[in-house]
Amino acid sequence: MYDFQYHKPASVADAVKLLADPDAKAISGGQTLIPALKHRLNRPTAVVDLSGIAEMKGIRREGNAIVIGALSRHDDVAGSAEVKAAIPALADMAAHIGDTQVRNRGTMGGSISNNDPAADYPAAVVALNATVITSKRRITADEFFQGMFTTALEPDELVIAISFPVPEKAGYAKMRNPASRYVMAGVFVAKTGGEVRVAVNGAAPCVFRQGEMEAALGANWSAEAVGGIKQDATDLNGDIHGSAEYRAHLVTVMAKRAVAAAG
Amino acid sequence: MPQVTLTVNGQTHTAEVEGRTLLVELLRETLRLTGTHVGCDTSQCGACVVHIDGESVKACTTLAVMANGSNVTTIEGLAAADGTLHPMQEAFREYHALQCGFCTPGMVMSAIDLVKKHPDGLTEQQIREGLEGNLCRCTGYHNIVKAIAAAAEVMHGKRAEIARAAE
Ligand SMILES: Cc1cc2nc3c(=O)[nH]c(=O)nc-3n(C[C@H](O)[C@H](O)[C@H](O)COP(=O)(O)OP(=O)(O)OC[C@H]3O[C@@H](n4cnc5c(N)ncnc54)[C@H](O)[C@@H]3O)c2cc1C
Ligand code: FES
Ligand code: FES
Repeated sequence: MYDFQYHKPASVADAVKLLADPDAKAISGGQTLIPALKHRLNRPTAVVDLSGIAEMKGIRREGNAIVIGALSRHDDVAGSAEVKAAIPALADMAAHIGDTQVRNRGTMGGSISNNDPAADYPAAVVALNATVITSKRRITADEFFQGMFTTALEPDELVIAISFPVPEKAGYAKMRNPASRYVMAGVFVAKTGGEVRVAVNGAAPCVFRQGEMEAALGANWSAEAVGGIKQDATDLNGDIHGSAEYRAHLVTVMAKRAVAAAG
Repeated sequence: MPQVTLTVNGQTHTAEVEGRTLLVELLRETLRLTGTHVGCDTSQCGACVVHIDGESVKACTTLAVMANGSNVTTIEGLAAADGTLHPMQEAFREYHALQCGFCTPGMVMSAIDLVKKHPDGLTEQQIREGLEGNLCRCTGYHNIVKAIAAAAEVMHGKRAEIARAAE
C-alpha cells in the first residue's frame, strides 16, 4: 500500500474542502477501500476519514420514511428497531451482508457510493425508490446508480443519508457465491404507495429494474405472476462463477422467493 | 507522522504510525503481539480478528489511525494473569478445535463476540453462520462448532466448566 496523508474532519463542510483535492479519497468503514489500497488499485495522496462526522450518523423515522445516515454500519441497520418495524426486508438484507466483521465496520454510504455489481444495498435503494441525500443535492435511486462502480456522485460529493419511503410490502432473495459469499443474482421486490418496483443486483454490471416483472406484480402480486417470466441473458455477467444464462435463470427463481418472503 | 494512542489488553500505548499502517501491523510489528495472524490479503480469512471496543473486526482491514482512542483486545489479552485460559480457549483445547492453529486466534476472537451477542444461547446453525468471516484449512469446522457451543454454556453460566463429557 502506498502511503497517504490522513485527515479526520468533524463536519461535512470540512470533509468536502479536503476532497476538493482530486487525489483525496473518502473512507467510511474501509471494508472496500482498504483491500483496494492494499492491491494498489487506488493511489490517493490523502485519505479523509468520515467516521467522526455526526451529521452522517443515526437512523430515524421522518414521517413516512426511514432516514439512514450514511455512516450507519450494516450491523446498525440490521439491529435498528425503526428499520425492523418499518422495512424488515432491509434489516434482513443488512444482516446477511458479508460476515460479522464486515458488518461491524462497513457502512451503507460506502456500499452505495462504491456500487459494486455484487453489492446488496443498491437493489434495496432502487426497489424502494429511496432518495440519496448528498452534500450538494437529493438524487433519486434511478439516477444514482449509473454503471459498474459508477454513480451520479461528483468527486467531492458525499452521501449524507438515504431516505427510504416505507413500503406496503418488500422482500429480497439472493443466491450467494458459496466461496466469496457475494451475490450471484439477487432480486428486491417492493410495493410502495401502490407502485411495484423490482430491482435486480449481482446479475449485471449494475443494478437494474425488471419492467416485465413490475407489470406482472402490479396486476397480480404473487410468486406465480413472476414464475413464467424469463430474464434476457444478453447483458448479464458471465464468469467463472456462473454463465449469463445461469444468472438469468436465477433472476426468476430469486424473484419468486422475494415475493414469497414479502408475503 | 500521525500519532496514535490506544489501549491494548488493558495497557495504554502511544506510537508513531504512517497513514497506511494497518492495525494488524501496529499490533504485530510495533507492539510485538504476534498472536494476531495475517492469512490473506483479501479481507476474507479472519485470522486477524481482534476486538475494538468489544466488537470483532478484521485488524488487516482497519487503519491503525482509525483505531486511535479505542480499546483493543487481542488473543494475548484473554487469559487471566495467572495463566488461566478464557473458557473459549479452554474449549478449543478440550474439543480439539485446532490442528495447525493458524486460524485459531481469529476463530476465538470471533467466537467470543458471537457468544456475547447471543445471551439466550446459540444453535449450531447460528454458530456456523457466525463463523462466515473465518476460514480454517485443517479442522473441517465440526470441532470448532462443538467447542463454541460448550464455551457458550460456560460463558452464560449454564455449565460450570468445559471438561468434556464422554462422547
Ligand atoms: C470479505 C468481504 C465480504 C463482503 N461481502 C459483501 C456482501 O455480501 N454484500 C455487500 O453488499 N457488500 C459486501 N462487502 C462490501 C462491504 O459491504 C463494504 O462495507 C461496502 O461495500 C463499503 O462500505 P465501507 O463503509 O466499508 O466503504 P469504504 O471502503 O470506506 O469506501 C468505499 C468507497 O466509497 C467511498 N465512500 C465511502 N463513504 C462515502 C460517502 N459517505 N459518500 C461518498 N463516498 C463514500 C470511498 O471513497 C470509497 O471509494 C464485503 C466486503 C468484504 C471485505
Ligand atoms: S488477514 Fe485475512 S481477513 Fe485479515
Ligand atoms: S487449525 Fe489450521 S487453519 Fe484452522
